[in-house]
This record gives sequence, structure tokens and C-alpha cells, in this order.
Amino acid sequence: MIAVHNLSKKYGGKTVLNIDSMKIPRGQSFGLVGNNGAGKTTLFNLLLDLIPATTGHIKNHDIQVNQSEAWKPFTTAFIDESFLIGYLTPEEYFYFIGELRGRNKADVDALLAQFEDFFHGEILGQNKYLRDLSKGNQKKAGIVASFIGNSEVVILDEPFANLDPTTQIRLKAIIKDLAAKEGVTVLVSSHDLMHVTEVCERIVVLNKGEIVKDIQTSAQTLKELETFFAGGEFIPTTEEPRSNP
Amino acid sequence: MFKRFISLQWKAFFRSASFGKSVGIKIFMAFMGLYLLASLAILGGTLYFILRKLAPTEGPMWVLSQFLIYWVLAELFFRYFMQKLPVMDIKPLLINNIKRAKIVNYILGKSIFSGFNLLTLVTFVPFAIVLLIKGYPAVNVSVWLLAMLAMALCANFLNFLINKNDIALGVIIALLVLFWGLEYFGIISITNLFGPIFHALYAYPLTVLIPLGVLLALYFLNFNHLKKILYLDGALKGKAKEAKASDLTWTRRFGEMAPFLQLDLKLIWRNKRTKTQVWISLLFVFYGLIFYTQEIYANMVGIHVFLGIFMTGIFLANFGQFIPAWDSAYYGMMMSQNIPLRKYLESKALLITVSVVAMFFLTIPYIYFGWKVFAVNTACAIYNLGINIPVILYFGSFNKKRIELDQSPFGNMQGTSAVQFLVMLPVLGAPILLFSILNWLVSFEAAISSLVGLGILGYAFKNKLLDFVTQQYANKKHVMLQGFRQKNG
Repeated sequence: MIAVHNLSKKYGGKTVLNIDSMKIPRGQSFGLVGNNGAGKTTLFNLLLDLIPATTGHIKNHDIQVNQSEAWKPFTTAFIDESFLIGYLTPEEYFYFIGELRGRNKADVDALLAQFEDFFHGEILGQNKYLRDLSKGNQKKAGIVASFIGNSEVVILDEPFANLDPTTQIRLKAIIKDLAAKEGVTVLVSSHDLMHVTEVCERIVVLNKGEIVKDIQTSAQTLKELETFFAGGEFIPTTEEPRSNP
Repeated sequence: MFKRFISLQWKAFFRSASFGKSVGIKIFMAFMGLYLLASLAILGGTLYFILRKLAPTEGPMWVLSQFLIYWVLAELFFRYFMQKLPVMDIKPLLINNIKRAKIVNYILGKSIFSGFNLLTLVTFVPFAIVLLIKGYPAVNVSVWLLAMLAMALCANFLNFLINKNDIALGVIIALLVLFWGLEYFGIISITNLFGPIFHALYAYPLTVLIPLGVLLALYFLNFNHLKKILYLDGALKGKAKEAKASDLTWTRRFGEMAPFLQLDLKLIWRNKRTKTQVWISLLFVFYGLIFYTQEIYANMVGIHVFLGIFMTGIFLANFGQFIPAWDSAYYGMMMSQNIPLRKYLESKALLITVSVVAMFFLTIPYIYFGWKVFAVNTACAIYNLGINIPVILYFGSFNKKRIELDQSPFGNMQGTSAVQFLVMLPVLGAPILLFSILNWLVSFEAAISSLVGLGILGYAFKNKLLDFVTQQYANKKHVMLQGFRQKNG
């Protein structure tokens, strides 16, 4: 379980994130939506202890992320291209990550074989360094790297952006599979309301750093989100919004 | 339109990443620039008298003309490495309402104002002034100056046509070596061959039309060529090198350190800046020749310690001072991964250790200059291994400037901050001071043993020291991450 407690992040007096309390139970597929500057990436960066919180803290499986690093073995993420090492080939990168996560070459190869469709023949065996791949292909490599090492918490920031339609559809299937696995918590942020409602059981809407909506996905969710982002009125769902599941 | 281009250029200069640097670095860079220009101006101003002294029987103009062929070849050689037509800058202009011809003229015209052409101007204008004062005919001198500038611009445009072609570089180097060889072994006197040709530019003012004509032709060639390839899949296409995957299995024996060692080796070998630095480091082995061969330095132990630390530790300084900024582009990933920071640092330490040992072996031939030289170099290598490696790693924890790996190291101040200057005090200053004092107060042997002793002591406490450094890196994690994210730091 991931528990956020009294969390806030300020830059020069300006609050960019402020969450009193939020809990993400183990095994949930969690979607984060919001406009630019809503604080989505900030929340993920805080969860990975890449930036220090101004107040409060996050606990990942009861480990406070800024005090111990014991969360690292079971947490993986792909935030942006800065998670890639440009001068490695995709294969070398996967093996490197594998090694950091205690997986040997054969393990990594076995995992990569499952993603042959997803790679669409554009990643492996191309004799290209990651820095020379297209944005979309870089993203594919980064996303798959976050699946190495059977982690229990997978964080993907904007995984659908820059991907072609076929790959988007395949990625949705992959995320759904992952979320269906016992005990794997998937956190996804996206600008694409349709994708996120399709793959996530729960959706949290951030606006200017605050949680403005927290809903269990249902048939009406997409409509509700669209209305909200169009600036329309809030239509309550039949389900209770749950902030403390 | 021209005014627009100028304003664009103005902004490009004042808003460039290097201009936004801290005041200290700006002053330092400005100082170095001025120093270079001043040196050249002084060279130009005194060239007349130098040449007079070197060859009292011949006219300075005649002597200079004989060596101009080497000047031209050397200029091409340096331009090859350091100058490139910045075609990428014009990408945004392409889709706007500007004629292609105008864009091409803009970028070519802009290159006329590059610093390289300034070098010729700064050197030869003072020289021409001295000639005028000495009563040389004004017409001949000014036309000759014009010819020199035209030749500099010819080199400028020829270099763009060469455009980093390795064969052309080979030709330039081959010519330089061949000419020197022919001259040295007295087969053909190249200086006598080319002397009259270049001297004609002074003696017969009308010949200035030749360099001017060549310049026009080169400009025209550049213009046509550039206009033809000014497409996204032509000149504006980034070059992608074919990747050569390597698994470096031999690193396995280093256990947990292996993945980092592999990563570091690839980092060094596959990126322009680091790779060039390896070559530069190797070249510095010859640095000693400048000092050891001169009588004045024979008894200055301070200089010897400086050389010892410097030559065996050049890679330590060049590579070490920017740890961990080399990994800045993906430091976020590193920090969110399950990595033992300690192993990460140990891998860097091992690499530097290997470099120090290798550089030490390369300096062994200096034993030719006496056993004392050898003793100092050995002591310095041991001091580098024991003390300077942990010191440079410790100072690395203060680095928070991003480095883009694929840029050339020449004149590249990226990643540089006050840390790089401060670290030189303990790394270079401390051993020189310590050695000099002990050598003066006690004896040479005592000074040597103190450096060796400190080095061994440092090596004995290596684990403790590395633990401390690791803790520093952990403490500074967020500051580093924040700094490495700033692209224009």
C-alpha cells in the first residue's frame, strides 16, 4: 500500500502539490489525470524520492521513501527520457537494469520475448543507441525496462504520449495484464482520459496540486471526466468517491 | 531582413547557455579569451623584430612568406577539430517566409565573424602596422593584409566543404608531415618552394586577386552545396552512428561492481567529450619534455612534483572532477534504481586507479632525466592513488551542473563551477607544498617518503574514506538531482 500523509511541495512560496491524505491499496491500478502543472509528475517524483517534500511524507509498503531506500527493490518507474542511458543500445540498457535488479541475461531475454509485439521490431537488434531512437521508441524501451525484475509498484508517467495507435492499444493490454497480477500496484498518469479510464480501477484528478476528484472507474467515468475538464458542472457518480479505501 | 538576422544573432549570443553561467566562470572565460588575443597581438607586433633576429640577412617579409604554408595547413588542422558550420541554428527559419538563398547567405556570412578569422586579424594587423612604421610601402602592405584575410576566409570556407571528412584530415596531416620531412632531410626545401609564391602577394599587389578569386569560388561552392542539402534529411539531419554492442564479459570478475564498470567504459568510449579527453590525457605524457629538457627547472623540485602529480593524475583530474556529472543526464534513473551507491563510486575509483597506474608506466622513460625524476613520479603516483582519488570523489559530491555528453570538450565549460578550481588546491597544491617544505627543511628522501607514506595511509583507509564519500553523495542527492535537471546550467 502507498500512503500519502500531509504531503506538500512548494517552490519559492508557490504550492505545486498539496495532498492531505491518500491511500493506494496494494494491487490497485491507479490513474492520475490533470492539466499541465497539476502536479502529476511532482507526485511521482516525490514517490521516488527524486525531490524532497516540503512537508509530510509518502510511505511505500510502510517504508517512508525519504528515510529508507528499502522501497527500491520492489518499485520501478519510467518518468521520461532522462531515465534512459543514451549511449547504450536498448539491449545493453535492459541488461544493465536487469543486473541492478538481480536478473541475469537469460531472465531479461525471457521477459523481452513477451514484448516482441509491443516492440514491433523497432527496438531490438537495430544497432542503434537509445539516443538515436525516435521519441516513441525510446518510450517503449523505457516502459519495458520498468517491467524488469517483477516489481510490485510500477510507476508510469504519461506512458501513452508519443506512441502510435497500435502501440497504445498494446500498452493498454499490457498494463491491464500487469494490474491483474496479484499484488502489483500500477500508477499511471495521462492526458488521455479515454485510455486512463480504460486501464485504471480508480482515477484521481489533480488540479493545481490539489485532489479535486477521486473516483472508482465506472461506465460514467469518462463522461464525468470530460464534463469536468470541459469546465462543465460536476455530476456526482452513483458510487461514493473514496479517498480512504 | 538583415536587421532581423542581426538581432537574432545578438539574442543567440546573450541568451546562450554559456553566457548564463556564474559570474566567476564568465570572468575567467573572458580573461582567457583576452589573454589569447593579447598574446597573438603581441606576437604580431613583435614578429618583425623576431624575424629580423632569426635571419638578419633576409627581409622579415621574405622569411614569413616561407613559413606561411605551414600556417595555412596548421590553421586548417585546428579548424577541422574546432569549427563547424552551425546549420542546426537555421532549422526554425526554413518554414518561414524567407528565401532559401537568403538563409544560406546568412549562415555563411555569419561564419565570417567567427573567432577563428579574428585570430588572423589580431596577429597580422599589428605586424602590418610595424611594417608601415618601418617604412614599407603602404599599398603593398595593406594589399598583403587583405590577401592574408582572404586566405583566412578561404580556410574558413574550405573547412566547411571538408566538413569533418576524415580523408581530408588525413591529407592535411600527411602534407604537414611530408613537408616537414622533406625539409628536415633536405630533399626539397618546401620553404624555398612556397616562399616566393606567398611573397608575391606582397611584392605584386595585383596578385591579391588570386586569393580573392579563390575565396569567391569557395563561397560559391559552399553556397551551392548548402542550398542543395538544406533539407531535414540532408544537412539538418543529426548523424546516427551505428551501435556496436559489447558485453565486456571480462568485467565479471569485479563482481557487484561489474555493471557500473561496464557502464563507465561505455560512457567513456561512446561519447565525444569523454573519448576526446582520454586522448588528451594520453598526450599529456609528453608534458614533462617541456620542463625536464630545460636547465632552469632542473633544480626546482616544486615543478617536478607538479609534473608528477599532473602527468600520472591527468585522467584523475579530467574525468574525476566531473563525477558524477557524467551521469547527470540519467541521474534520476540511477537514484530511483536499486543501486548500491558505494559500488557506483568504487567503479569510478577503480577506473581512475587503472589510469594512474597506466600513466605512471608511460612516465617511466623519464628516468632518462635522472633517478630523482623517477622517484618523484613514483611518489606522486602513489599519492594520487591513496589521497587524490578519495579527495576528487569527495569534491564530486559538490557537482551540480549538468553535462551533455555528445559535445566536444574544446572550450567546453559545461559542468564547470567553482568546485573545479577549488579541488585543484588539495589535489595539486597540497603535495607540492608539502614536498617543497620537507625537501627544504629535511631532505629529498624525507619528502619522497612523506608522499609515499601519505599515499599508502590513504590506501589503507580506502574503505573508511569511501564510506564517508558515499555518505556525502547520499546526503547531497536532491541538490544534485535538482542541478542536473537544469539544461542550461
